[in-house]
Amino acid sequence: MSVLPWMQHLVIVPVLLPLIVGALLIPVNQSRHSLKFALGLGSGLLLWLTSVALLLMADTGHWPAGIGVYLASNWVAPFGIALVVDRLSALMLVLTATIALAVLVFSARRWDRVGVSFHSLFQFMLMGLNGAFLTHDLFNLFVFFEVMLAASYGLVLHGYNLRRIQAGMQYIAVNLVASLLFLIGVSLIYAASGTLNIADLAARVPALAPPDAWLLQLGAVILALAFLTKGAMWPLGFWLPTTYASASAPVGAMLVLMTKVGVYAVLRVWLSVFGEQAGALSAFGLEALAWGGMATLLFGAIGMLASQDGGRMAGFGAIMSSGTLLAVIGQSDGTVLTAGLYYLLGSTVAMAAFMLLIELTERIRPPGSALLALTMEAFAVEDKPEDPVGIGMPGTLAFLGLSFGICALVITGMPPLAGFVAKFSLFHALLGAAPGEVPASTWLFIVLVVTGGLAAIISLMRLGVRIFWASGVIKPPALQVTEAVSIGGLVAICLALTVQAGTVFDYLGRTTDGLLRNADYHQRVLGEPPVQRAPLQEGTR
Amino acid sequence: MELVLALSVGVLFGSGLWLILRPRSFQLITGLLLMSYAVNLFIFAMGRLSVNKAPITPSANVDPAQFADPLPQALVLTAIVIGFATTALYLVMMIGARGLSGSDHVDGEEPKP
Repeated sequence: MSVLPWMQHLVIVPVLLPLIVGALLIPVNQSRHSLKFALGLGSGLLLWLTSVALLLMADTGHWPAGIGVYLASNWVAPFGIALVVDRLSALMLVLTATIALAVLVFSARRWDRVGVSFHSLFQFMLMGLNGAFLTHDLFNLFVFFEVMLAASYGLVLHGYNLRRIQAGMQYIAVNLVASLLFLIGVSLIYAASGTLNIADLAARVPALAPPDAWLLQLGAVILALAFLTKGAMWPLGFWLPTTYASASAPVGAMLVLMTKVGVYAVLRVWLSVFGEQAGALSAFGLEALAWGGMATLLFGAIGMLASQDGGRMAGFGAIMSSGTLLAVIGQSDGTVLTAGLYYLLGSTVAMAAFMLLIELTERIRPPGSALLALTMEAFAVEDKPEDPVGIGMPGTLAFLGLSFGICALVITGMPPLAGFVAKFSLFHALLGAAPGEVPASTWLFIVLVVTGGLAAIISLMRLGVRIFWASGVIKPPALQVTEAVSIGGLVAICLALTVQAGTVFDYLGRTTDGLLRNADYHQRVLGEPPVQRAPLQEGTR
Repeated sequence: MELVLALSVGVLFGSGLWLILRPRSFQLITGLLLMSYAVNLFIFAMGRLSVNKAPITPSANVDPAQFADPLPQALVLTAIVIGFATTALYLVMMIGARGLSGSDHVDGEEPKP
C-alpha cells in the first residue's frame, strides 16, 4: 500500500475526529434529525476508513515491527504521551468503527429521536473507546476511560424512564468507585517505578528491588480490579446484566464493546509489563486471571440459564465471553491467544447484533403477552389462549428468525459458523500448548467452555421458541429498512469471519507474535525521535 | 507530616466507604466525594512528601532533589476535574431519580417491609 506523508497523522484521527464532530453536533438544533444523523454517520464512515487504513499500514510493514508511534505534541516518549498503533489496536479500532456504524444506522429512524444529544454522546463515546485502544500511557488511559464512561452514563439513560434510572444509578456508582481504584493503582505504579508510559514501565520492572516491586504489584492488582470491573469478571460484574437489560438497544450494543475495553486493557498492560522480560515478576497474577475467568464463565452460564428476557440473557452472554477471554489471557500462550482474539471478534459482533435483534423481536408480541408466555412456561399450561393457526410467516419475521439463528450459532459456538471455529481452534491450541501432560486446569477450562456453550444453547433455544413459535399472537413487526440493513450487515460480518477464517487467523497470528515481542515495543516507543523543525532560512525572521 | 497525611487519607476513605454502603443516594454521593478527596491526597503523597520545594524550574542543570515532583500534581489536577464532572453528573441523575420515583433510595424504590 502506498503511503503519503500526511498519512502518519492518521494515528490521531480516531481521537480527534469524533471529538470535533461531537462538539459540532451540540449546537445543532434537535429538530434537524437528518443533519445530525448525516454528520454522525459521516464521522463513523471516516473513522472506519481511517481504521482500515491504519490496519493496512500496521500490517504491510509501513512501520518497523508493525508498530506505529505518534508523539502527541512532539514530546519524546517517556515524558509526553505516545499513541501507539500495532495490529491489535488497529483491529480493535476497526471492530469499534464497524459496530459503531451498524449502531448508528440502526438508530437512524427511531432511537436518535427519543432524547437529546444522542449523536454527540455517541461521538464522545467513540473518542473514549478509540483513545483507550491507542494510548500507551496509563494516566492517559484513565482519561480516555473516563471520557468513554461519562458518555456511556448519558447513553445508558437515553430514553429516560424509571427502569433506566434505577439501573443507571447502580452502573454509575459502581464505575465511579472503579475509577477511584484506577487512580489509586496508577499512582501506586508511579510511586514504585516513576513512570506511566507502558513501554518505559516494562523496561524498568526487572530492575525494581523488593519494596518497590511490592508496591508495583499492589498497584497492578488495584489497577486490574478497575479494568476487571469494566470487563465484568466475577465477582465484579454484578452491575452488568441489569444495565444491559434496561439500556436501549443501540446503547446495549455499544456496551458489549465496552466490556471488551476492560479485557483489552488487561491484555495490553499485562503482556507488556509482566511479559517474559520482567524477570521475577514475569507472569505475575496470570494464574489468578485464569481462575477468575473460569469463575466468570461459570457465573455467566448459570445466569444465562436463569434469565428469562433477552436483554439479561445477552448481558450474561457478554459475561461469559469476557470470562473466556480472561481465562485465555491467563494461559499466556501465543496460539491460545490467537484463537482467543478470533473468539473476541466473532462473539463481539454476534453479541452486538443480538442486542439489536432483541429490541426488534419485542415488537412481535403485543405488550403484556411477554408476561403471559412466562407464566405459561412456569406453570406448564398446555392450551394456549389463542390459536396461531393460519398466520403465515411474513418476510420480516423470516429475516428476524434467520438473524437470530445465526447470532445464536455464533454465540453458542455451534458449527458451522465463527463461534465453532473459534472454540475449536481454542481447544486445539490449549491441548497443543503444553508439551506432554495437559494440566487439570486446562481440562477444567475446556469443560467449562463446553458447558457454557450448552447453557447458552438451552437458554437461546428457549428464548427463540418463545419468541418465534410459541408467542400466541404473532404480529409481523414493523421493521425499518435501516434496522434490517444494520443487523444484516453485522450478520454478514459473522458469516464473512467464518468464510475468511484463514485470512483472519493469519492476521491474528502476526498480531500475537508482535504482542509477545516486548523488546520491539520498548525500542519503537522510546526510540521514536521527535519531528525536527526545518532550520529557518537566513533573513526570514 | 507523614502520620497526619496517612491518617487523613485513611479517615476520609474509611468514612467514604461506610457512606457508599448506606441506602440513601445523598449518603452515597457524600461518600463518593469523601473517597475522591482521599484518593487525590493519596496521589499527591505518591510523589513523595516535601515542604517548601518548587515543582518547576526555569533553568536547566539543577539538583532534582531540591524540587518537588511535578507530575503527581498535574495528575491530581486532572483527577479533580474529572471527578468533579462525573460527580456533578451523578447529582443530576440523583435528582432525576428522586423526581421520577419519589424515593431517594439507591434502588430507585423504597425497600419492601
